Amino acid sequence: METLMAVLVGVLFASGIYLMLRRSIVKLAIGLVLLSQAANLTLFTAAGLTRGSPPLVPEGGDMPPVPFADPLPQALVLTAIVIGFGVLAFTLVLVKRVYQTVGTDDMDEMRSTDGFKD
Amino acid sequence: MGILVAVLSGFVLAFIAPWLTRWLGDRVGWVIALLPLSITVYLLTYIPDLADGGSVHYSFAWIPALDVDLSFHVDGLGLIFALLISGIGTLIMLYGGGYLHGHHHLGRFYLFILMFMASMLGVVLADNLITFFIFFELTSLTSYLLIGFSHNAEDSRYSARQALLVTGIGGQMLLVGLILMALVGGGWEFSVLTEQADVIQDHALYLPMLILILGGAFTKSAQVPFHFWLPGAMAAPTPVSAYLHSATMVKAGVYLMARVNPTLGGTDIWQFVLIIFGAATMFLGAYLAVQRTDLKQLLAYTTVSSLGTLTLLIGIGTEIALKAAMVFLVVHSLYKGALFMVAGTIDHETGTRDVRILGGLRKLMPLTAVGAGVAALSMAGIPPLFGFIGKELVYEAALDLDTFAIALAVVAVASNVLMVVVAGITGFQPFLGEEKETPKHAHEGPPSLYLGPLVLGVLSLGIGAIPALVDTRLIEPAVGAVAGEPVDVTLYIWHGVNAMLIMSIITVALGAVLYVGRDQVRWATNQTWSLGRIGSEAVYAWLLALLDWVSKTQTKIIQNGYLRFYYLTIVVVLIISALYPLSVYGDIRLAGDLNDVRFYEWGVVVIVILGALMAVRAQSRLAAVAALGTVGYGIATIYILYGAPDLAMTQILVETLTVILFVLVLYRLPQFATLSKKASRVRDAIIAGTGGLLMTVLVLVASNERFYESISQFHAEESYPSAYGRNVVNVILVDFRAIDTFGEIIVLAVAGIGVYALLRLRLWEDRSDQ
Repeated sequence: METLMAVLVGVLFASGIYLMLRRSIVKLAIGLVLLSQAANLTLFTAAGLTRGSPPLVPEGGDMPPVPFADPLPQALVLTAIVIGFGVLAFTLVLVKRVYQTVGTDDMDEMRSTDGFKD
Repeated sequence: MGILVAVLSGFVLAFIAPWLTRWLGDRVGWVIALLPLSITVYLLTYIPDLADGGSVHYSFAWIPALDVDLSFHVDGLGLIFALLISGIGTLIMLYGGGYLHGHHHLGRFYLFILMFMASMLGVVLADNLITFFIFFELTSLTSYLLIGFSHNAEDSRYSARQALLVTGIGGQMLLVGLILMALVGGGWEFSVLTEQADVIQDHALYLPMLILILGGAFTKSAQVPFHFWLPGAMAAPTPVSAYLHSATMVKAGVYLMARVNPTLGGTDIWQFVLIIFGAATMFLGAYLAVQRTDLKQLLAYTTVSSLGTLTLLIGIGTEIALKAAMVFLVVHSLYKGALFMVAGTIDHETGTRDVRILGGLRKLMPLTAVGAGVAALSMAGIPPLFGFIGKELVYEAALDLDTFAIALAVVAVASNVLMVVVAGITGFQPFLGEEKETPKHAHEGPPSLYLGPLVLGVLSLGIGAIPALVDTRLIEPAVGAVAGEPVDVTLYIWHGVNAMLIMSIITVALGAVLYVGRDQVRWATNQTWSLGRIGSEAVYAWLLALLDWVSKTQTKIIQNGYLRFYYLTIVVVLIISALYPLSVYGDIRLAGDLNDVRFYEWGVVVIVILGALMAVRAQSRLAAVAALGTVGYGIATIYILYGAPDLAMTQILVETLTVILFVLVLYRLPQFATLSKKASRVRDAIIAGTGGLLMTVLVLVASNERFYESISQFHAEESYPSAYGRNVVNVILVDFRAIDTFGEIIVLAVAGIGVYALLRLRLWEDRSDQ
């Protein structure tokens, strides 16, 4: 299954990178979502997958029954999902503001603040 | 404790000075001068402690973990420099008030110059290498501020930057050199390293260490080929030049060489380098000086020459040479400080510094004329002034050399002949002869302006006539500290008739002749050789222009304003830099058994992949959002399948919100359009594909490699007994790694504030539109 997941991660990264290389600012935002999903899956998969046994301590026990899924990457990914959402919300509002202010969604037209001028 | 107060009080007063100036006006100089005066008096109390080669050591813990102490060491060498700094400092504080009378930035002047004085005292009294270096760099920094004092003038800013760059580069070399010395010698104090001279000089790192430390000393003390910044620094107001560029800062490099002489000195390479550079600087400085007509330029180039003389003497390193160095150091500070102040007074009173249109000022400015005359006589080395003793000793040191004695003596005489000429031009010519028409009608300045030259003149005369005033008290401990062993110093004004006296007479006679023909000398030297303009300064200007060009060009390329190119660069660099370690260390093989994958797992993965591809290919905005939703919910399913229900729940919540957000925002944005060309789409697809492939390989490698056992075992074991939670993931988030979660909440809060601010911004604009 790890091999299959590795392929999936690759496809997600490739799609994310491709979309972020577009000139449309909306595609950039979509690419960002795909990229963070890919990153989360990378973390999740790299620690090894365990099917169907969440790390929960049963009533009366002291420890989750072995084998159990690694809880640490789950905690990391959980944090990452939430932060990813925060970043996305900000990006989307920013995209909207940029479009309202500049009047275009083509990022090649938005160089006035960064391009080097002699 | 006293020494700490003496060094640091300058910094404190510096920051009070602007208010004092506002309160007291132009008279503030008389008040501020009290500080350097009391430091001078305090320092004089150390004289008894230093007799017989003694020294006083103070150490205050500063950064004990790094062996950096705020430690000070008062020995003969440090004391003689500190006395010059605080003594001349007293006169300069007075002089500055008179010279910058009514200047709207007088307070700022005192701020800078007091900081400079305190840094300089720190340099000459510090024992710890790091403490020393910090003060050393502070002098560069404060002198940058002082040279650029008239910041409205472009040449002033240019000169300030030039001085900062040259001395700053030297400072970096020095830092590395000092660290090497400390590591090899096994100590961070000058006083400790002196004991380790043999170890240091035999070490393989001796040569690099020497080059780096001398790099710091040569740039600071304006040795050829770094001499050009000093005449440039004449853009500073004259009180600054009189202080920094005659008596103090430029001598910091000389101080450094004298200070490390017992540790690094005495080797063949040390002697060779210092003698060559010192002699070259000595002659070139004097030669370039007689080409000038501006009083300050004349003095600046002779300062370069004198700094060369000091380097040369330290390089020769014999007892007589070190004696000559310490005497000449005092001699030069006294007369050069006076002559600079005179030059400033003349400029202030007549409105010009051009010696060709100055003359006959003796009747208008009698007191200044006396100060100038005495200083010039000392510079020319006429008995019974202190300068005479200094010059005799320099000649004696040159003749004392085993090899090249004659050659060096000739160079020394030639340089000194030119010094006599410059002494005449700067000290006598403006005051003698017919009165000339000047831009302003001259008259004697206020006491603050003539007091400095007079006091220094009296000192030159007094010490010259009765050298016993200083020889055993000040010079002897100083020479002892430089030599690293006690020496006996007794100075006489009359040696009897010997080779030195004859050389002196030749020097003065030739100098007098050339002074009479000074216009021809100036013309002739200007025809021959003006290394000052085509030499290292041109290299400096060229390097600076090159730097400008490189930074402009690379900025144009790198910062092109296209976000996608920045992004492209990041991805390509990532791919290239990951390729090498992967190809060498990566153990790439399939992970897990593909036959073990169940059919519904295949299904989910295929759906997510299709979703991702659909998001890429989508022509409508809504289709793209729907595709995103497919990917998100598909991944949530994978989380469920592999034992992560918490992740799945969060993912589903977030995914729902994301889709809603997208829909809310997207309907205000234009339709997708194909903006880029086909070629760039293909290029991007290839790069994106490679990036994806790289990540696939990385995940495979990571699944197969495990360098350390996971710490999850601990979390699973302790979750219930220690934290009373049955859901291990939740316990990690809110207990074991609670601080991380706290950080996450802050990120969310910041993002929330950002979102809110952006939305409010719109409301505000709407309102203003109405």
